[in-house]
Amino acid sequence: MLTVKDLIKDFGRARIINSAEFEVKEDEIVSLVGPNGAGKTTLVNLISGHIMPTSGKIEFFGRDITYDSPYRRIKSGIARNFQITNLFEDSTVLDNVRTCLFSVYGKINKGIFPVRHYKSITQEAIEILDVFGIADIKDLLPPSLSEGDKKILDTAMAFALKSRFLLLDEPTSGVATGDKFKVMDTIVSAIKREKMACMIIEHDMDIVSDYSDRVLVLSEGEVIADGKPKEVMEQDNVKEILFGVTA
Amino acid sequence: MENWIIYILNGLYFASFLFLTSLGLSIILGVMGILNLAHGSMFAVGAFTAAWIVGAFGGESPMIMFFVGLLAALGVAGVVGLVLETSIIRPMYRQALEYQLLITFGALLLIEDLIKMVWGGTAYYASKPFTVMGNMAIGDNQYPYYFLFVILMSLVTGLGIWLVMSKTQVGIMLRAISMDREMAKAMGIRIGRLNTLAFGLGGALAGLAGALIIPTTPALLGIGMDPLIMAFIVVVLGGLGSLKGALIGSLIVGETRSIGVVFFPEIELPLLFLIAVIILVFKPEGLFGK
Amino acid sequence: MMKPIYFVYPGIFVLLLFLPRLVPTYQLMLIESGITFGIMAMGFNLLLRYTGLLSFGHGALFAVGAYAVGMMGRYFPDLYRIEILIPVALLASLIVSAIFGFICVRHTRIFFSILALALSMVLYAVLVKLYDLTGGSDGIHIDLPIMFGKSFEGMKRFEFLSGAYYYFLICIFAVSTGIMFAIVNSPFGRALQSIRDNEVRAEMIGIRVRRYRWYAFILSGLFTGLGGALWSFVNGHVTPEIAEWIFSGEIVYMTLLGGFMIFGGPIIGAILFTYMKLYAVSITQYWMFVIGATLVILVLLLPEGIAGGFARLFAWIKRGKAAGTA
Repeated sequence: MLTVKDLIKDFGRARIINSAEFEVKEDEIVSLVGPNGAGKTTLVNLISGHIMPTSGKIEFFGRDITYDSPYRRIKSGIARNFQITNLFEDSTVLDNVRTCLFSVYGKINKGIFPVRHYKSITQEAIEILDVFGIADIKDLLPPSLSEGDKKILDTAMAFALKSRFLLLDEPTSGVATGDKFKVMDTIVSAIKREKMACMIIEHDMDIVSDYSDRVLVLSEGEVIADGKPKEVMEQDNVKEILFGVTA
Repeated sequence: MENWIIYILNGLYFASFLFLTSLGLSIILGVMGILNLAHGSMFAVGAFTAAWIVGAFGGESPMIMFFVGLLAALGVAGVVGLVLETSIIRPMYRQALEYQLLITFGALLLIEDLIKMVWGGTAYYASKPFTVMGNMAIGDNQYPYYFLFVILMSLVTGLGIWLVMSKTQVGIMLRAISMDREMAKAMGIRIGRLNTLAFGLGGALAGLAGALIIPTTPALLGIGMDPLIMAFIVVVLGGLGSLKGALIGSLIVGETRSIGVVFFPEIELPLLFLIAVIILVFKPEGLFGK
Repeated sequence: MMKPIYFVYPGIFVLLLFLPRLVPTYQLMLIESGITFGIMAMGFNLLLRYTGLLSFGHGALFAVGAYAVGMMGRYFPDLYRIEILIPVALLASLIVSAIFGFICVRHTRIFFSILALALSMVLYAVLVKLYDLTGGSDGIHIDLPIMFGKSFEGMKRFEFLSGAYYYFLICIFAVSTGIMFAIVNSPFGRALQSIRDNEVRAEMIGIRVRRYRWYAFILSGLFTGLGGALWSFVNGHVTPEIAEWIFSGEIVYMTLLGGFMIFGGPIIGAILFTYMKLYAVSITQYWMFVIGATLVILVLLLPEGIAGGFARLFAWIKRGKAAGTA
């Protein structure tokens, strides 16, 4: 579904992404792991069109999207959340999700009725909030939410875009440690039900091995390992990078 | 040929006013990020102060009183700038842009009417210094020495500002702020006091420019409006907070006006604004901005 | 529960319909002037409140509407009928705001404001300098138009303004307020607000940020131009001053005076401003001082504007009551 070939990104003289190559198949949940500064967020930004690569190629369902605008990528089915939450601060939780749905259903340039008129969209927005367990706070404004709830809302907004491929940058950072697995359960079951593919940046190795079908290990901009969680974690070079264990 | 010398000298003459006025506007915009709509009023304060002094006391020795007037204009306009900053601008630094613009707009209205209260609604004439200085001959044409004097004055002032900005501690701090506000804060520069200073300095320079114009133009209400809008174009052209930008921007605008009014008077003004628009679209940091 | 907006606004319109019987003619003319400014400020606020862009050049768009009427009278006297003039003014506003908007939305924040200011001054300079075409700084006299086949030739302007034109204006005002209310409450309005709140995220949920800012600018320009066209008949004369930045500053002032966070705030502010300016001019020669001082006090003490202040007061009273009964 998503194919990344020989992707390179330079910032000035520094090479942040160095010839990254990998694939994501349909219905697959892939974790992207690696030490701080390995280029994980940069890679997500490149795939979402937030920044443009120096060279290389990104294909989505066989179509070259390397230099497509973020807008076109969203329309072809790539959505993302943000590591540092990125919400509409002056709109309620419900409106944050509802605006996403208006965008998905093309109502922004065709809908001429007041927002209240679109009952089914409001209903769907509430259902999404319900799935993520934040329906009870739908009338609050983001600044009054806890860090964890903000994070969940951010992910719910990305999810609401009904994409085929979801990029999640640390969806559980800021979530209380005890709740992390609960949140991941919610996200992953929602993704599975909608048959989305997903790439998750995650630090917690327990979460990685529990929830992902495959793991990509990134180090200094290069993909150094790619495979099933159990197998990849046994590799010596991965152990060294992730856990500081020297074989 | 002689005509062209005169056009170019006229351009330099225009540019001198623009330079003095835009320098203050540019410093305030660069240091504080505020577009001061009341800046033209400082120009007006300077013009009225100088015209009043020359008119009231300059009967015997207009030249001496004119120099007194220049200094007084510098001082009075500077003080108005200081007062303005400490009284109503200071509470606005944390506010959104729209309120900052609006408060300077309010200040503009206030100062315009304060001028009317102090000096009445009448025009002040002070053309003596102009006639006293006399003319020089360029070919068959007469050219006033006074214009050359203005050009010289602004060169000297520009040099002075350049020395302050590059050699003194205050100047270096001012430049540091306009380059990177957060960094300057982190370095422990006390921004509050420098903001006041920048407003005072900007006001003083505009006041000087206003005083320099009164031998050729009577001091009238609203005299500061055109200089403000022209200085605004200069700042857009030259880039914010840059001395070099203000200088070159002034030269471009001054010469365009001087040559424009001779050859294409109808489109000279729209053309200047159009140039400003084009610069803003394609090079918003100005031709010589960082 | 019905929101107050659904009965307050219709109530105001009914009141406005009976106003000619209640107040003297000069008051009526003042209110008409205030209403045209209100339509303009409403358009301006679509950009400020709902899109997060502060235009310091909206006077130019107001001037486009007003000058469209003036130029039609000057060059096409046969077509000087209000049912033609208003669409022509709207068309002119559409074209100019499409061009201005296309350029301005390349920037946001202060650069947007400065760019709008510079563009408005281009138009101002053209209006002043092209004397033969526009009447220069003398401006253009606005004759009374033919309204739906009825000629008002020989009629005094105040008679025209307190008669047929008043009702025409009120109808247009009602319709345009309704349309604006629909715009800001539609999904499109929500998209604009999401752009204002967070343009990066808006882009990432599939909203074409720059394009929607442009649309908002054009819509805003249409309302502003409509206000200008309607105002020209009330004022009877158009001069380039309305395109100058001082007037643009007054538009910002009106909007903030009423309170830009409230839908009706700009309209209230515009009417209030018209009264304030007139009374300040009539009681003192230092009217700018009065306006300026009010502005400074307002910005320092009541940044939500008059309507915003009242809204907060009511919310406070309501909360107090609720707390008292609980």
